[in-house]
Amino acid sequence: MTRYDTVIGLEIHVALLTQSKFLCSCRASFGAPPNSQCCPVCLGLPGTLPLINEKAVEYATKAGLALKCNINHYSRFDRKNYFYPDLPKAFQITQDAFPLCNDGYLEYYVDDQLVRTAITRIHLEEEAGKLIHSGESIVASEYSLVDYNRAGIPLIEIVTAPDIHQPKQARLFLEQLRLLMSYIGVSDTKMEEGSLRCDANISLKPSGSPVLGTKVEIKNLNSFRALEKALEYEEIRQSQVLDSGAKVRQESRTWDDRAGKTVSMRSKGDAPDYRIFPEPDLPPLNLDPVWVELIAASIPELPLERLNRLEGEYGLSRYEATFLVNYPDFGELFLELADSGLDCKTVVNFLMGDYARLAREKGHLDSERIAGLFQILDERLISQTQAKEVLDALFSSPQTAREIVKDKGMEVVGDPERLRPIVHQVLEANPQLVERFKLGETKLHGFFVGQVMRATQGKADPEAVNALLQEELVN
Amino acid sequence: MRNLAHLLETRQVSSREIVEHYLGEIKQQEPDLNAFITVDDVGALAQADAADMRRSQGNPLSPWDGIPIAVKDNISTKGLKTTCASRFLSNYKPLFDASVVRSLRDAGMPILGKTNLDEFAMGSSTEYSAYGVARNPHDRTRVSGGSSGGSAAAVAAGEAPWSLGTDTGGSIRQPASFCGVVGLKPTYGWVSRYGVVALAPSLDQVGPMARTVEDAAILFSLLAGPDPKDATSADARNFEVPFWDDQFVKDLKIGVPEEFFGEGLHPDVEKAVRRSLRTLEGQGATLVPISLATNDYAIDTYLTLVTAEASSSLARYDGVRYGERVHAADSNTMFSKSRAAGFGPEVKRRIMLGTYVLSASHYEAYYEQAQRVRTLIKLDVLDAFKQVDVIITPTTPTTAFTIGAKRNPLEMYLSDLFTAMANLSGIPALSVPCGTDPKGLPIGLQIMGSHFREELLFKVGYVVERSAAR
Repeated sequence: MTRYDTVIGLEIHVALLTQSKFLCSCRASFGAPPNSQCCPVCLGLPGTLPLINEKAVEYATKAGLALKCNINHYSRFDRKNYFYPDLPKAFQITQDAFPLCNDGYLEYYVDDQLVRTAITRIHLEEEAGKLIHSGESIVASEYSLVDYNRAGIPLIEIVTAPDIHQPKQARLFLEQLRLLMSYIGVSDTKMEEGSLRCDANISLKPSGSPVLGTKVEIKNLNSFRALEKALEYEEIRQSQVLDSGAKVRQESRTWDDRAGKTVSMRSKGDAPDYRIFPEPDLPPLNLDPVWVELIAASIPELPLERLNRLEGEYGLSRYEATFLVNYPDFGELFLELADSGLDCKTVVNFLMGDYARLAREKGHLDSERIAGLFQILDERLISQTQAKEVLDALFSSPQTAREIVKDKGMEVVGDPERLRPIVHQVLEANPQLVERFKLGETKLHGFFVGQVMRATQGKADPEAVNALLQEELVN
Repeated sequence: MRNLAHLLETRQVSSREIVEHYLGEIKQQEPDLNAFITVDDVGALAQADAADMRRSQGNPLSPWDGIPIAVKDNISTKGLKTTCASRFLSNYKPLFDASVVRSLRDAGMPILGKTNLDEFAMGSSTEYSAYGVARNPHDRTRVSGGSSGGSAAAVAAGEAPWSLGTDTGGSIRQPASFCGVVGLKPTYGWVSRYGVVALAPSLDQVGPMARTVEDAAILFSLLAGPDPKDATSADARNFEVPFWDDQFVKDLKIGVPEEFFGEGLHPDVEKAVRRSLRTLEGQGATLVPISLATNDYAIDTYLTLVTAEASSSLARYDGVRYGERVHAADSNTMFSKSRAAGFGPEVKRRIMLGTYVLSASHYEAYYEQAQRVRTLIKLDVLDAFKQVDVIITPTTPTTAFTIGAKRNPLEMYLSDLFTAMANLSGIPALSVPCGTDPKGLPIGLQIMGSHFREELLFKVGYVVERSAAR
């Protein structure tokens, strides 16, 4: 592979999480019964006219700002014309010559190395409907059904510069982008539901050459894994083509996940002419700089900023900090707990341990209830072992940790005067063993502790029991 | 119309009687005239009865409550077929009213039916209607003009008191001129386009067609105003019908562009227009010779833009949801076969031209160039209005031509020679009858003003109308 440099650029579509659609007031939620969320406008009935959803512009602007783009105060909508049964008007309203955002970047870690990928542009456009084929594909189907619920949902298309140099980097970029979108709350970015989609362009050039090779576009990348696998496959395929002295054909290829390979869709010559021209039904978008400032002010802490803060201010390891950044719900919880004065390491170990498993099954606990658990542990009211049982109970009851402990009678018995009779009982029941201990078989200490714990159903404070045994046996 | 409103108000006549009268005219004349594609007698009578009920309860919706109207068949009417004179929409019943239709209903006006047009408003004679040509009431061997030929013919023949038309390059004014009625192409953006089936969205406007200037002004006052459903709708006030007087003519500067009186203009038309100009001059107006040199490029620019926008606006008629689907092995073949079967020749011609001018390799030379020229035309027009208050020209180079006379599409396109400029620059333009030729065919005069100066156009039109009647 070192004979060639790999050059990758991505085109990412992100569905914006607005309440209503981009150009009409229909609901934009996922999963409603087919064709239950459409109106004359998103069905493209004759005579209907589009109206811009301000929220979509706001979300796109937010995405642009989070990706450090220039927000263009003048942008324009265009019509992209093509025929497909899922496209109600037979054209898509998009932005071509004057997109909303330009010239940004995203920073992310690749193997502990901070890298930056340039964002060329971000523009707004409308989603098409969804085809449900009776067969495998539109060509192999006897009939296809159309669901227009999706038609007109706002999308942003994010285009990167050809700045990415390995398949793994492409995946890491996309993961970071997904995280960024969810941090700013503009999309739910579910690849499986199609609210995050990615096409990749990849070309190879001789190592060190300044001239880009012929690029191939890969479509149908439905997961992060598919993106990486498809690019790896294509890297090898193209290097083999070049090794054989042939030229790579400029074409679109589709990723066949089952076969694990890319398959040619159409060559450049077959590429449609979209006959793009300015949308006459919509005036240009003129953003008020003050409004853009307001959007900028609403942007929360972004993933990389948080990572730096968790490492720097809270002293977490890269591994811990990454976990908390990648799972922002855990991150928020961590910050609440740590900021309430609890020990950072204790909190992060707790969150990444049993808590994580339970929370993923049953949802999060309030930080206050977690803090309550830490509190009684600190008071030595329960043991570490018991803490697990209390944690389980916290997930299934609305009680506080203290209440649970009380109800279950779990308080640790640490009072020597309550424990002394039990210790006596245990020692009296095992005279030979006491004799052997006194003759030097000190490992029997553990046995006596175990017996006391058993007699108290685990409630005895092991340290207090140790001290008592020491007292009774040695003195 | 004020008389009719008065008769209704004083209960000397009922809305039902008025509607029945027009339905009678329609029944009698339609077999020959073909101004309507759909007549909604049941609906119109029901709306008339509702209007009469309101009148009897003393709650009319407006002074015009109960006065019926005809609507061009490319304007959506809820539940009433809207065919655009195309086979593609032969059975299409909109789920909603166009905003302008909403306005008519809010004023209580029964809708008599939907009038004939060239398919998707592409044409100047209604000969491209899938439902046959609408004939000229003044000479039934001649065309009524187009594309709003049905709306003009219906009013001229007394089948409807007034009507709605649409105008993209002259489609209200040219048929108004041919049929001897008044027609206004309003300022772009002053009337909502919501529900008006698009031909070329950057040029289309709905406007009134009526027997008199005053009626046209009244109808326009019901249509004009902002509409939140139309993003291109102007943030303009409503329009109020002006007070009619002749005195203002004294201070009026009328621009007379030489380019509109040159080659191709029929002498009879020129004579009638010049006579009206002299009358206005006699009343104190100043005639100012001006030049609108960019009009030489108006038709080419117009055709480039209108075909480009139309090729996109009409792409949705692809056999998936509209028209007869011609089954084929793959969807692309299905699209092209369905479109080949569903569209008439002029629509196909314009879609092909529009597809060509937007194609990647020709976009710059045609579409982009046309946009630049459009800007020049607009500047030229605005410049003229620095010198003059209104510009007066003939509406069309000739009177109504014979059905079948224009076989060559290019010849047909020249019908818009004097009218396309107003659409390209977005200004209002009014066509008013100003006389007849020796055969008795009406001649129209066009008054153009700068943006939102409709009031002035109506006032000048009123004077022209009165002088022509004398």
